[in-house]
This record gives sequence, structure tokens and C-alpha cells, in this order.
Amino acid sequence: MTEQRTAQERIIWLLGIVVVIFYALFPVLWIISLSLKTPATVTVTPNEGFWGTLVPSEATFKNYEALFTDGLDGPFLKPLINSIGIALIATVIAIVLASFAAYAIARLDFPGKTAVLGGALAIAMFPAISTVGPLFDMWRALGLYDTWAGLIIPYLSFSLPLAIYTLVAFFREIPWELEQAAQVDGATPFQAFRKVIVPLATPGMFTAAILVFIFAWNDFLFAISLTSSDASRTVPAALAFFTGDSQFTQPFANIAAAAVIVTIPIIIFVLIFQRRIVAGLTSGAVKG
Amino acid sequence: MAEITLDKVTKRFPDGTEAVKQLDLDIADGEFLILVGPSGCGKSTALRMIAGLEDISDGELRIGENVVNGKAPKDRDIAMVFQNYALYPHMTVRENMAFPLKMAKVEQSKIDEMVENAAQILDLTEHLDRKPSNLSGGQRQRVAMGRAIVREPKAFLMDEPLSNLDAKLRVQMRAEVSRIQNRLETTTVYVTHDQTEAMTLGDRVAVMRKGELQQVGSPQELYDHPVNLFVAGFIGSPSMNFMPVEVSGRTAKLPFCEVEISEATVSSLESHSAQNLMAGVRPEHFEDAKLIGDQEGPRFEVEVSILESMGSELYVYFDTDAEVRAEQLDELAADTGGESASESGQIVARLDATSEAKRGERIELWMDPTKLHFFDLESGERVAAADEG
Ligand SMILES: Nc1ncnc2c1ncn2[C@@H]1O[C@H](COP(=O)(O)OP(=O)(O)O)[C@@H](O)[C@H]1O
Ligand SMILES: [Mg+2]
Repeated sequence: MTEQRTAQERIIWLLGIVVVIFYALFPVLWIISLSLKTPATVTVTPNEGFWGTLVPSEATFKNYEALFTDGLDGPFLKPLINSIGIALIATVIAIVLASFAAYAIARLDFPGKTAVLGGALAIAMFPAISTVGPLFDMWRALGLYDTWAGLIIPYLSFSLPLAIYTLVAFFREIPWELEQAAQVDGATPFQAFRKVIVPLATPGMFTAAILVFIFAWNDFLFAISLTSSDASRTVPAALAFFTGDSQFTQPFANIAAAAVIVTIPIIIFVLIFQRRIVAGLTSGAVKG
Repeated sequence: MAEITLDKVTKRFPDGTEAVKQLDLDIADGEFLILVGPSGCGKSTALRMIAGLEDISDGELRIGENVVNGKAPKDRDIAMVFQNYALYPHMTVRENMAFPLKMAKVEQSKIDEMVENAAQILDLTEHLDRKPSNLSGGQRQRVAMGRAIVREPKAFLMDEPLSNLDAKLRVQMRAEVSRIQNRLETTTVYVTHDQTEAMTLGDRVAVMRKGELQQVGSPQELYDHPVNLFVAGFIGSPSMNFMPVEVSGRTAKLPFCEVEISEATVSSLESHSAQNLMAGVRPEHFEDAKLIGDQEGPRFEVEVSILESMGSELYVYFDTDAEVRAEQLDELAADTGGESASESGQIVARLDATSEAKRGERIELWMDPTKLHFFDLESGERVAAADEG
């Protein structure tokens, strides 16, 4: 009886999982398929039926090659480098700053602590679009327009609050006694932070890092508004400037290929850090 | 190694709580001092001030010759064992124990040797490469000890280090702590709320109550000559019996018998001119009258209401209708979470196992007349004892 029920449950679970996976991955499959088609077949449809449309009749990597053919002068390589550089730098700075801020909030009592937390949350809630206009003017005046820094700074201000909140939660989990033990054992407060608190908060740092990285990597709004050339244009913005073979062909296949490529770093990033996160959580024994 | 001196040390928290009030303590070089008291009395706060983890609001703290009030924990050269061990979970046992040495910039080869040595003493050699999460409670406790003894600090500070262990392991580790302290002869301050630990471990015991030091002395001194109701009730297990007493001439009238007291006792009672008196007798100072022969002392008959046999001894409970209340005793009772026996008028006597006491039957008991204590009911001060005067 119970065995039957568990078998039944398992089937329901399995079905559910398949549905969710299909629902989530179908657009990905579609875009991969699109990226492998020749320009001629991209828009041609569909007396071959559904599967005929999904599986390209003649698969080609030409779309991928086309992205890189002109190297740094091409439409894609420089924006890709910009994206990677900007997202990584924003992530590193955000994590370092957020660690200090979160540590202070979790551990110290200082006047205006709730104001700092509330302010951070308010910034995260702020509609980004309303900052674009002023930023555009300010960046032009300051010479930050169309530079890496010009994007990194707004990315930091919008992702720091989330990073701080995540890290505060992690720091609060770490018993204060550990840090005191380190101090009695002869560590300076900074050594205690670096050698005891930081290693224990790594899972939290990786979680925060993923959030910041994805935010910066996916951003389109700031990228399109605050850049004007390949000097700092990131991939999401660069895609908007792709041109087809002629005036009348849309570069759908090229865009699809670029989209597939920009997904890869995210997947790698999440896979690496996910393992670290799980490892951090299961090594456990933060308590007791 | 060094002596530690607390000179009117006071801790006032920002919210106004005075956790430690004008604490005076002289801890000699190499001494094992126990700081004991019910929970919330300020023991941990006192210890943490010595460690430097808590600022000192008032007074002076000296370790060795130096005043260390303003010094950071790392500059005080002390080692501390925390109640929850506070092992670094991301480090192996070896790394945990090496941490203080690394911080002191000891050479790596020397570190290895010192860690191996400490591990040997604590029987941890085979666990050196494991993480704390893979150790049992007792092993974690030993790693925490190991991290303290691996270097040679001026003093060890221990905050209820055994309270997370089960009863059997606690007794075992108690012996171990004592052995290690004897061997290293390092000044040690050990905090506990367990009077048994206090009595068995320390050279001297300091009893605290509500942030104030009540009495410091050897376990025997505290047991024989407690300065007030609080210390008398706290030290000893089961605790001292308290009851009302009336003294007229050289006779002290207890609820269940009358005791002849000495001239000296009478005069010291008179010199204190206490309004209301309370008497105290420890359970072990009763005996089955049949087993005592013709030793001097009052004999009286009571009805056994509860009988507990421990194998090696018998606990006999009997009721009197005379109940007393004293503030200090209520505090002790609140700490253990019950009402005090004196409030219900119940008395407990510890008899030899060969006694034939039976529940519900009457039995003749004897009391040692020299072991009677007199306290002032209002202040709680001990005003006289039958054996001193
Ligand atoms: N940070 C703090 N702020 C205010 N009061 C505190 C603080 N820490 C401890 N106390 C109070 O000080 C008293 C003594 O605490 P503690 O030293 O931990 O007691 P013990 O170790 O003897 O159980 C308690 O009443 C406790 O509530
Ligand atoms: Mg405590």
C-alpha cells in the first residue's frame, strides 16, 4: 500500500519535473536551433511541421564564426570582453565593500544602523530608469560617459544593497564567540575577520557574487544609455546594433548565436559557485 | 605565568545593568581559582573582563606587574576556553591548535612540535587531521583545551568548559582539567555554576551573587564557615537545612529538638544583636541515633516522609511545620527552579547505609551539636556557629 503510493508519488514528481524542465529549457533549445540555421532558412517556415522547424535542416556554425571574424573590430568580441571585465570588476568590488558593510551591520552597534539598512533597501527599490537621465548628464560632465567605470558605478549602487542584505544574514549566523576566540588567541580584529569570519562566510559571499554578476551581466538599460561605442558597450547593448547581410535581412541567427555564447559564462559561474555554496553549507558545524 | 589582581573592578553595561560590582580578587601565580555562582550573577562578565573581551567600567585589572585595563585581548597573553568551545569549524584540529602559535609568529617546525605535544597530553593525536564537525562532544572539548595549552600563556580562563558534556564525561574531564592544571601550573580562573565542580577542582573558590563577591576561600573553608545564608545554601549537596531558631540562655530551640550551645556562641550571638535568627545544619551532620553510640548531642524522633537510598548512604526527609523565608534562599531556589526546602519546612538528613530507616515509620535521629550555624534572618549574615564562638 505505502509502496504503491510512493511509486505513484514518484511518477507525479517525475512528470512535474519534466514539465518544469521542458518549460524552462524550451526557449533555450529554440534559440540554439535558431543559432545553427543558415540565414536563408531562419525565416522560412513551416510545411516541415514543428520538429522540422526546431531541428535545422542544414546545421551550420557560420553564425558563430561570423561573430568573431573581424576580431576586435567585429561586432561581438569587444563587447564580450567589456561584459566580462565590467561584470567581474563590479562583482569583486561589490563583494569586498558589502563584506565590510555587512560585518559592521551584523556585529557593531552604531548610530544610524537602521537608517543605513533602510537606505540600502530604498536604493535597491529605486526605479533604475529614473536615474538614467541624470547619470547621462553627470557622466558626460565627468568624462565617465562610455567608459567601464561609467557602468561599474551604477551596477555597484544597484547591486550592493542586495549583496549587503545577503551577507548580513550570513554573518549573523556565525557565532561571535569564534571571533573572540581568535582575538584571545592573539589575532588582531582584522586578522580575526580575515582568517575566521571570511572563510565561514564564503558561501554567503558566493551567493552574493552570483547575484551581483548576473545583475551586471544582464543589464541592458544602463548599457544602452551610458555607452556610445565599443569602448565600453556590453553584449546586451551590442546585440541591438547587429546588422544583417543586407538591409532587408534581420540578423536573427547572429543574435541567437551571440545569445547562446553570453549564456555560457553565467552557467559556468553558477556551476562553479554552486558547488562552493553547497560545500560551504554542508561542511556545517558553524554551530556546536 | 603571572598573578592576576582585580582591584574594585566594576562592569556597567550601556543599559545600566551592573553585572559586576567592585570585585576584589587576588589570584596567585599558578593558582586554580573557581568563580562560582548561580547563572546571571556576573561570572562570565568578570572572566571576559580579564580576557579583555569586555571593557572595564571602573577599577583596575593587573596581570603580572602590568595594568591591562586598556590592552586588547591579544596583548594580554591569556588563553580562554569557551562554553561552546568556539572551535574554528573550517580548520582541522591541527590548524585549530596551531592558530594561536601562528598568530604569535612561531616557526612552523616549532609549531608542529608544540601541537604534537599538546595533542599527546590530551589524547588527540589520531584526530589531528579531522574537522571539529566530525568529533564527539568530549573530543571537541579537548581540542578547545588543546588550543589553550598549546602555548604557554600567562593564564587560562575557562567559562563553564564542561557544561555541554553529559554527566559521566563531565566527571572524567573534570579530573583531566585538574591533572593538566597541576602539570602546567598555570594560573587558572575557572567559571562554573556547578558547586560540585567548584568544590572538587579549585585551590580556592570565589562565590558571587548578583555581581558581588560573597566569599573567597578554600572549598573546606566555604563548607565549614560560610559567611552568609547564600554561600551556606549554595555550597554542599544536598544543601544545608535552614530552620527558625529561638535562643534562650544556653539553649537553642529548633523545630524538632533543643540544642545546648556553648558560652562563646551565646556571647557572639549577643554581640550581633540580631532580631530574628535562622539556624542551619547540613544533612551529613545528622545520623541514625542507633549507629552513633553514646556520642553527645540531641536525639529526637521524626517520621520519615521520603527515603532515598543511594547505596552508599541514605537520605531521609522529614517535615517540620516551621517554615522560614529569606531573600538569599529564595534567590538560590529561583536558580534551581524550585521552592527552597526551608520554605516547605522539610529537612533532609544523610544517614549511613546500614540504617534501618523506613518510609512512613518513625526513627530516632541524632544531630551533631557542634555543627549548628546561626544566621541573621534579615541580612543573611552568619552571626555565630556552635563550633567556634
Ligand atoms: N551585553 C550586555 N548588556 C546588558 N546586560 C548584560 C550583557 N551581558 C550580560 N548582561 C547581564 O549581566 C548579568 C551577568 O551576566 P553573565 O556574566 O553572563 O552571568 P553568568 O555568566 O554568571 O551567568 C546578567 O544579568 C546579564 O543579563
Ligand atoms: Mg556565563
